[in-house]
Amino acid sequence: MARAAVSGRLGARLRWQAATLVERREETASAQTLVFDVPGWAGHLAGQHVDVRLTAEDGYSTQRSYSLASAQDADRLELTVQRVPDGEVSPYLIEGLAVGDRIEIRGPVGGWFVWRPEQREPVLLVAGGSGLVPLMAMIRAREAEGSRAPFRLLYSLREPADRLYAPDLERGSAGLDVTYVYTRSAPQGATRPPGRLAPADLVQWGWPPDFEPTVYVCGPTGFVEAAAVQLVAQGHDPGRIRTERFGPSGG
Amino acid sequence: MPIISRGFHGRRPEAGHKLPPGQYETRDFPVLSAGPTPRVPREDWEFSVVTENGERRQWSWAELMALPRQTPTVDLHCVTKWSKFGTSWEGVSLDTLLADVESSAHYALVHSYGGYTTNIPLADLLDGQAWIAFRYGGEDLPPEHGGPARLLVPHLYLWKSAKWVRGIELREHDEQGFWESAGYHDYGDPWREQRYQGD
Repeated sequence: MARAAVSGRLGARLRWQAATLVERREETASAQTLVFDVPGWAGHLAGQHVDVRLTAEDGYSTQRSYSLASAQDADRLELTVQRVPDGEVSPYLIEGLAVGDRIEIRGPVGGWFVWRPEQREPVLLVAGGSGLVPLMAMIRAREAEGSRAPFRLLYSLREPADRLYAPDLERGSAGLDVTYVYTRSAPQGATRPPGRLAPADLVQWGWPPDFEPTVYVCGPTGFVEAAAVQLVAQGHDPGRIRTERFGPSGG
Repeated sequence: MPIISRGFHGRRPEAGHKLPPGQYETRDFPVLSAGPTPRVPREDWEFSVVTENGERRQWSWAELMALPRQTPTVDLHCVTKWSKFGTSWEGVSLDTLLADVESSAHYALVHSYGGYTTNIPLADLLDGQAWIAFRYGGEDLPPEHGGPARLLVPHLYLWKSAKWVRGIELREHDEQGFWESAGYHDYGDPWREQRYQGD
């Protein structure tokens, strides 16, 4: 199995850094993208995440991991937060944090579920719901680097109102094919009836196994399990399928 | 000095439960794996221990089932921040499996079906600290949680409890496994918050 290191930071202690909220963008009724300024941010790879730490006035603190949604961009980084009902952290990030407020982050973390600009092979991105976040970072990194690696995205979501990054995906990018797989209700004029991601979707909109694509699958556990099983059954080498399962995060 | 978030109150674990730093309690059992879930039929399953001298011992599924079992109830701590209290397992203690193995090794490299590896000091696999577990919550361990059998080393972050375990290589020198060579900590003690290299 391929090995990968955290970019240039192996062995270096990951320090907590102050991140200042500079902008927030509403993605859907329950998800926001938060833009942070982190002076001296050493950069990151598409697919990596950061740890976020919140500390209450009495000293209690807790942490969560959030995937980076943005490509490398100087001192700026973007996280997309899906509001978890009754969550401990996400409601605060969405409602309690004001522009100008600071939180602590450390990272970037992760060297396996990443796309690197030097990769030339076709890439298949399979997203379930907010599992799109690290995959969008890959799409953005590809564009920022001027990469011509052929990309295909299969984005499974309940209904059109749940679409993250709708303007970006609508604008599109040369060499990127985007297919929406609606599970509950599809927009007017959609040719595919609503339903869960099926083997036929992966055959029709993915890459054939003999193209030897690298496949990144991210989403809820059940979604990732089902997609990965189907991909292996269709002949994709398990060693080229990288998964990230977003467990119920407790918020 | 940490940055205080005014208006953030947070949740405290229920009385009696102590959480390692940075962790939160979940009642779910999230799944985290780097790739597709391997499916290993029990008739093909085997578990081996290879010493630093190349001596090899092997157990089939039936041979594992014939060994004395234990039923540990333990807390789990995943490096992705969730902790789960009071999980019930059934498995064979590594003390049982390693009882007659001749070795002076200090380290173990654990191997899984699917190619995953993780490194653990051998001392952390002994003295009632580790099991080859095959039942969870009174049921056979499902594949997504590492079935047919996984290593269970609950005093370390859960990535050390290798799913789909197939063998343990005893070594004189430490060799990093899959996540360790990608920047995660070589030991991984949740109480000392050893998440990443250098922690």
